[in-house]
Amino acid sequence: NNQDKIKLERAGIALWSLLSKKRSPTTKMNLFQSVTSALDNTLASDPTAVIFGEDVAFGGVFRCTVGLRDKYGKDRVFNTPLCEQGIVGFGIGAAVAGATAIAEIQFADYIYPAFDQIVNEAAKYRYRSGNLFDCGNLTIRAPWGCVGHGSLYHSQSPEAFFAHCPGIKVVIPRGPVQCKGLLLSCIADQNPCIFFEPKILYRAAVEQVPTEAYTIPLSQAEVIQEGSDVTLVAWGTQIHVLREVANMAQEKLGVSCELIDLQTILPWDTETVCKSVAKTGRLLISHEAPITGGFAAEISSTVQEECFLNLEAPIARVCGYDTPFPHIFEPFYIPDKWKCFDAVKKLISF
Amino acid sequence: MATLNSIKNMYGICSHAIRQTTGLRAAKLIQQRAFRVNGALRQQPFDSSEEKPQFPGASAEFIDHLEFIQPNVISGIPVYRVMDRAGKIINPSEDPQLSKEQVLNFYQKMTLLNTMDRILYESQRQGRISFYMTNYGEEGTHIGSAAALDPRDLVFGQYREAGVLMYRGFPLDLFMAQCYANVDDLGKGRQMPVHYGSKDLNFVTISSPLATQIPQAAGAAYAAKRENTNRAVICYFGEGAASEGDAHAGFNFSATLECPLIFFCRNNGYAISTPTNEQYRGDGIAARGPGYGMMSIRVDGNDVFAVYNATKEARRRAVAENQPFLIEAMTYRIGHHSTSDDSSAYRSVDEVNYWDKQDHPISRLRHYMTARSWWSEEDERSWRKQSRKMVMEAFEKAEKRHKPHPDLMFSDVYEEMTPNLVKQKEAMWRHVQQYKEHYPLDAYAK
Repeated sequence: NNQDKIKLERAGIALWSLLSKKRSPTTKMNLFQSVTSALDNTLASDPTAVIFGEDVAFGGVFRCTVGLRDKYGKDRVFNTPLCEQGIVGFGIGAAVAGATAIAEIQFADYIYPAFDQIVNEAAKYRYRSGNLFDCGNLTIRAPWGCVGHGSLYHSQSPEAFFAHCPGIKVVIPRGPVQCKGLLLSCIADQNPCIFFEPKILYRAAVEQVPTEAYTIPLSQAEVIQEGSDVTLVAWGTQIHVLREVANMAQEKLGVSCELIDLQTILPWDTETVCKSVAKTGRLLISHEAPITGGFAAEISSTVQEECFLNLEAPIARVCGYDTPFPHIFEPFYIPDKWKCFDAVKKLISF
Repeated sequence: MATLNSIKNMYGICSHAIRQTTGLRAAKLIQQRAFRVNGALRQQPFDSSEEKPQFPGASAEFIDHLEFIQPNVISGIPVYRVMDRAGKIINPSEDPQLSKEQVLNFYQKMTLLNTMDRILYESQRQGRISFYMTNYGEEGTHIGSAAALDPRDLVFGQYREAGVLMYRGFPLDLFMAQCYANVDDLGKGRQMPVHYGSKDLNFVTISSPLATQIPQAAGAAYAAKRENTNRAVICYFGEGAASEGDAHAGFNFSATLECPLIFFCRNNGYAISTPTNEQYRGDGIAARGPGYGMMSIRVDGNDVFAVYNATKEARRRAVAENQPFLIEAMTYRIGHHSTSDDSSAYRSVDEVNYWDKQDHPISRLRHYMTARSWWSEEDERSWRKQSRKMVMEAFEKAEKRHKPHPDLMFSDVYEEMTPNLVKQKEAMWRHVQQYKEHYPLDAYAK
């Protein structure tokens, strides 16, 4: 049946990408370099691919597109006027006409002018046309998440707004290797995708990344660390926080945590998360975005439906407060490891 | 020289400055284009020994006295026409001199559209379809522009361009199928009536949000330019939609990114109940074009030859020169906004009658044809009968067809069926099986 077919496909892709990763040479890359590498591979192999947005021509404010204009030409890597609704609208049209369109929004905080184009147009293009037209060739990239001093408008994590929109995919990597593979999957995917890049990791995260193209499957959560007592779910930067929390829990509490990187927010891998909670009976979900209506709420709701009788404690959500993202108060705002550790303690002692 | 005068009139700037600017325009254009090749460089050579302003943001002279530019909306951009209101050619050199066959085709497409509109509007009143929008009075804008394009040119519409689709050969059966949302609908029954689309005819499916198609058209034109296959894109929208931010975005992007694109604005006087004097204060939409650095023209939208000539030339140059063209076709919305509207609430019957009787694209073309003895009373009678019969046949057929299978509610959300949708579909059928007497299953395909 369909489910098995998808599982087989995913297993095959995972195996193939594992093998090809082993075969292909790697280079030390940080997160923005892994983005550049993915874009470089794309422009090299797909003559229809174009990259556009504010300031991408000189290399981008986060250096994700450095060198690409010189290498591939000004008609393929170009600046647009300062207008997010235009950038996404233009990208949709280019995709509809058959080009692989990669649009950059300078900060996820500025994606909202394009909300209508994303939700009312991109997400619905295929459905409303009876599959006559689609903009599957569109990928939107945007820097995402807290950065230490970003404040209201350079720190946002808007994935929850888009999670409510059938027809698009929302993907968030935790590091350079995942970033390149997931970005390439988004570009190849025949559905419009939004790819949020954790800006705090652009320089800070460094890994050995294959120089050739590879993909990591979408809608497949990754169990980064197996455990038996508590399931920890997060995406992007927060994975690294929870990794530390898992270590703290092991050391100080003797608690074994299973850490899951959701990777794709929409459509999300309910199976992997529910399977884990069925095993551990305890779930903690953590994200920087405000708690009310944040994506943890969706996960929590689904897990309590599917795993009600397995639960040993209420599902914990450690998230940002219901305030705009503050400047000087960031250390108090973010769901840091102490808040998450404390939540694990409460889960265990419920 | 005419352009010169209209610029003067528009902006009220002293003629000396205008002459200077216009004289230098050609040379400046070349200069500016040369610098676009190396986009990273300055936009003009930096030379502070000259008295000329050195600002990167504008190419202009200094002026030493305070003077605001007065926008001229009293005598705005002139309206290009080929025929007078009686269908008589004014300037013979502007007559596109289309063959009798072509002109008859124009006429028949406009009248067939009109007939289909009458019947489908009625069918909504009778509760047979849920909603409809007529094209009364604007048939000339559709047919004139569609005829000037290449069939491969991609069309982005708003919702009042059915004549473009009709001109390209979209069959009556498929118009009806979409309005009835029956099993033959290419859109699989997902959208309200008049949200047509056709991949074969290069007509992108209509969506309800206004002006969203404008920046999309710019992107599609950019992709077409890169393909280098002599393909243009046309984007239709009304004067109301032109107020949306997306319109500004689309105009600006198409000009800066040098797209082979025709923007076709149907200025029909009303956005539902909002008249143009509440929609804008400037000189319509055409006057905005120069603000974006865009070639612009205003035409008599009820003159099918004027629409044809302007679109044809715009298309030729848009593709040859990779720049967008803005055509503002002045017309009048004779019908209500839609079946949900009664326009007698905000305009007089006299006003509507004037346009219906004195300045209608269909009658103007008919006068042109009868003056050449290309169309007689008998032709008119027999065509009316024939076209009505065609429409009624398609209509009756469409009425009887089933609705699409409810499984189609769940497909095409993504390219692939996702696990959650598989589950939801199964849940829906389980529910419907259990409560089947409450669901209209008989009307739907099995």
